[in-house]
Amino acid sequence: MSALILLLSLSLLVAGAFLVAFIWSVKRGQFDDDYTPSIRILFEDKENSSSPQS
Amino acid sequence: MSQATLSTTEVKCYHCGADCDDSIIVHDDKPFCCEGCKLVYELLQENELCSYYDFTQNPGVSPDKTYYAGKYAYLDMPEVQQRIIEFTDGRQTHVNWYLPQMHCSSCVYLLENLHRLHEGVISSLVNFPEKKVRVVIDTQKIKLSKLAELLTYIGYEPYISLQDVEGNAQQKNNRSRLYKIGIAGFAFGNVMMMSFPDYFGLGDTQSDHQLQTMFSLFSVVLALPVFFYSASEFFVSAWKSIRKQYLNIDAPIALAILVTFLRSLYEIGTQTGVGYLDSMTGIVFFMLLGRYFQDKTYSAISFDRDYKSYFPVAVTLLKKATSKDTEAPTTSNEQILVTNLQPGDQILIRNKELIPADVRLISERAMIDYSFVSGESVPVEKTRNEIIYAGGRQMGGAIELEVTKKVSQSYLTQLWNNDSLSQQQQSQKRDLVGQINRYFTWTVLGLGLAALAYWYLVGDLPRGINAITTILIVACPCALLLSDTFTNGNMLGMFGSNKFYLKNAQVIENLSEIDTVVFDKTGTLTLPDAAQIEFVGKPLSALQKSIVKTMSEQSSHPLSRLIAKSLAASPKEKTLTHFKEVEGQGLQAQLGDNFIIKMGSARFMGIAPASEDQETSHVYFSFGGQILGYFNIFSLYRDNLSETLQALKQRHYQTYLLSGDKPTDVGFLGHLFGSEKQLYFLQKPDDKLRFIEDLQQKGRKVLMVGDGLNDAGALLKSNVGIAVSDNINNFTPACDGILEGSQLSFLPYYVKLAKAGRRIVIQSFIISVVYNIIGLSFALTGTLSPVIAAILMPASSISIVLFTTLSSRLATRLLLKKAD
Repeated sequence: MSALILLLSLSLLVAGAFLVAFIWSVKRGQFDDDYTPSIRILFEDKENSSSPQS
Repeated sequence: MSQATLSTTEVKCYHCGADCDDSIIVHDDKPFCCEGCKLVYELLQENELCSYYDFTQNPGVSPDKTYYAGKYAYLDMPEVQQRIIEFTDGRQTHVNWYLPQMHCSSCVYLLENLHRLHEGVISSLVNFPEKKVRVVIDTQKIKLSKLAELLTYIGYEPYISLQDVEGNAQQKNNRSRLYKIGIAGFAFGNVMMMSFPDYFGLGDTQSDHQLQTMFSLFSVVLALPVFFYSASEFFVSAWKSIRKQYLNIDAPIALAILVTFLRSLYEIGTQTGVGYLDSMTGIVFFMLLGRYFQDKTYSAISFDRDYKSYFPVAVTLLKKATSKDTEAPTTSNEQILVTNLQPGDQILIRNKELIPADVRLISERAMIDYSFVSGESVPVEKTRNEIIYAGGRQMGGAIELEVTKKVSQSYLTQLWNNDSLSQQQQSQKRDLVGQINRYFTWTVLGLGLAALAYWYLVGDLPRGINAITTILIVACPCALLLSDTFTNGNMLGMFGSNKFYLKNAQVIENLSEIDTVVFDKTGTLTLPDAAQIEFVGKPLSALQKSIVKTMSEQSSHPLSRLIAKSLAASPKEKTLTHFKEVEGQGLQAQLGDNFIIKMGSARFMGIAPASEDQETSHVYFSFGGQILGYFNIFSLYRDNLSETLQALKQRHYQTYLLSGDKPTDVGFLGHLFGSEKQLYFLQKPDDKLRFIEDLQQKGRKVLMVGDGLNDAGALLKSNVGIAVSDNINNFTPACDGILEGSQLSFLPYYVKLAKAGRRIVIQSFIISVVYNIIGLSFALTGTLSPVIAAILMPASSISIVLFTTLSSRLATRLLLKKAD
């Protein structure tokens, strides 16, 4: 019985962590654009000549 | 660095891929069609960005030739900046600009490497589906106007319109829906897990009861955010529709959610059952998911443009109105927001700029292209002191104008504020599902209430409440709504892959109901940039052809352009001198000392126009004072027009033609449309609107197919307004759908497909009703075990989703493959 309660809370906790991760990723804008990253990955990183300033 | 000018044909520009007609600039062993393209290449080469050319062939965009220094000066005005800057902390500034020219992976590469082109750019991030780039700049090193100039220079002119500046804030609707889906999905999965022990049946021992209570409590806690947050949009929309006294799609689903939730709370509270929280969270999850995919279709295409998206943000002000100014009048050129224009202000309009307000011409002469407003393709000549209405486009040199009316009161703007347009928005939302729904909801409610009344009279009220809630839960039209959203979502995708982009699912419904099709002519039935040209008279020699070509290339008049294009194969004649253009009339040049060559209208030649001048546009050609004949210019119609109209007529659609143009090709078009009575010419924008309105009052459902701003009112007024465009990234007026020009001949099949979609919804509705009846009868006789029910519930939903997906794909394949 108490083992069940413990397991249940734990499973909810794990699932909740994933929910939080999902919400965080939406908030960070990771779902705003699901196409461009697939193009971006093809680019060569030839940053040897001039690197971006920040 | 080698530079040379060659003369060959069929060479494609290394940068933009355009045909290099006559003059090729060879640089670094690569051909370029113009200086602009070459300069971009040089810039990229200097900054080691030439992998730009590796991802796609000829990826570039030829830089805009109408650009002039100071075009973006208005971006440095504080009141403009306030609107277009997303974030700034004084040093770093973020802007998110729409770049309509973005079209391939190379574009992404170049735009994300902007920081290599200018040290003031800190970073840039492209959103390709929306064709937007978010640029972070260091305002100390680069001004916004300079950034816009840089983008324009490399061929990606940012599109900044009055709408952006007047600013309705962009809604972040998509994200909040994602949150809702996430929470609903999370709750659905976990409530499902909690319900499993109950499906398989718990014992009657003390600990089993405790377990059940605990599971139920967890379920309630999980269902609360779903009910109050995820499902909130159903409640809000249902409430809005009830207040307007009609039932929309969301009303029954809101009711079902509410009843399921309350009944579950009651059962759990009184320990009489475990409720239906798993069904409730599941339905909310699936509905939200379906809507997410349905709404996600075309983020790059905007369907709601009104005149504000066409108008420039700022114009060059010459002199402030002296009558009521408080500050000192300035004579130097400065930029002013068009919304701040006052009557009496004097403005400067350059070549190809749009005139934003009703104005009076101060300059000697102007050539105004009204194709935007009236559809008339030939520019109109205006002389000093004439009134020019907003929406005209100046062709040729810069002109000075005096504003007579404020932007918001101009003739064009009034069209948008037409009452009949705002009225109809509300009455339109009665689609098929809505109709079924109204009867369905009322029937179900009636049944439930009857059952309640019966048990109340018998004296067993609790049983009555039980009956009504059971009926409401079982009869929830969720399967119908599910099938509707998924069918429509699929159809939108299918249409989209066939280059027919619809605004939303409602349009499919409306499209299936139309019985009248109205076409615009210019740009819709005709090809915008092509014409059939023949020379009537003595055949021209090779020398004369090259003379004609060389002369017409000097002019920006559309007819000259068309003639020049038709003679692309001829070489240039370089011995011509003394070019002269009388705007709107003709061209003159000299060959040798005093051999005069003229091209132009009959008036320019000093002869009476031929009688059939109404029919086509004629350009006369005189060679040394002797008129050799004239160029006969027909507009070129799109392919397969007669088949398209034939197909529409066969299905008993009424077809009409509304053209803003003067009557042309009456015979040909009359044959196409059945009789000349179906053709209407010289229709002003509000005439078109009224025509549609008349048809609708006769009970017809009208599909309007148009292209320009001159059709905008009609497109809005019609039941379905489709804008035809040869480049979907171009600006089209507000409409329900955008159709790529080459696909116009498929129009009858699209309508047929929309009808098929409607049938699929009805079929899946019948299937879901059958499911419900079977389920209900099992439930009533008590022979359905909870496990089977738990399996059947999602299985029925999934089978319906599968059915709609497969059948809509099949319908598309059958209909559109046949069309090929």
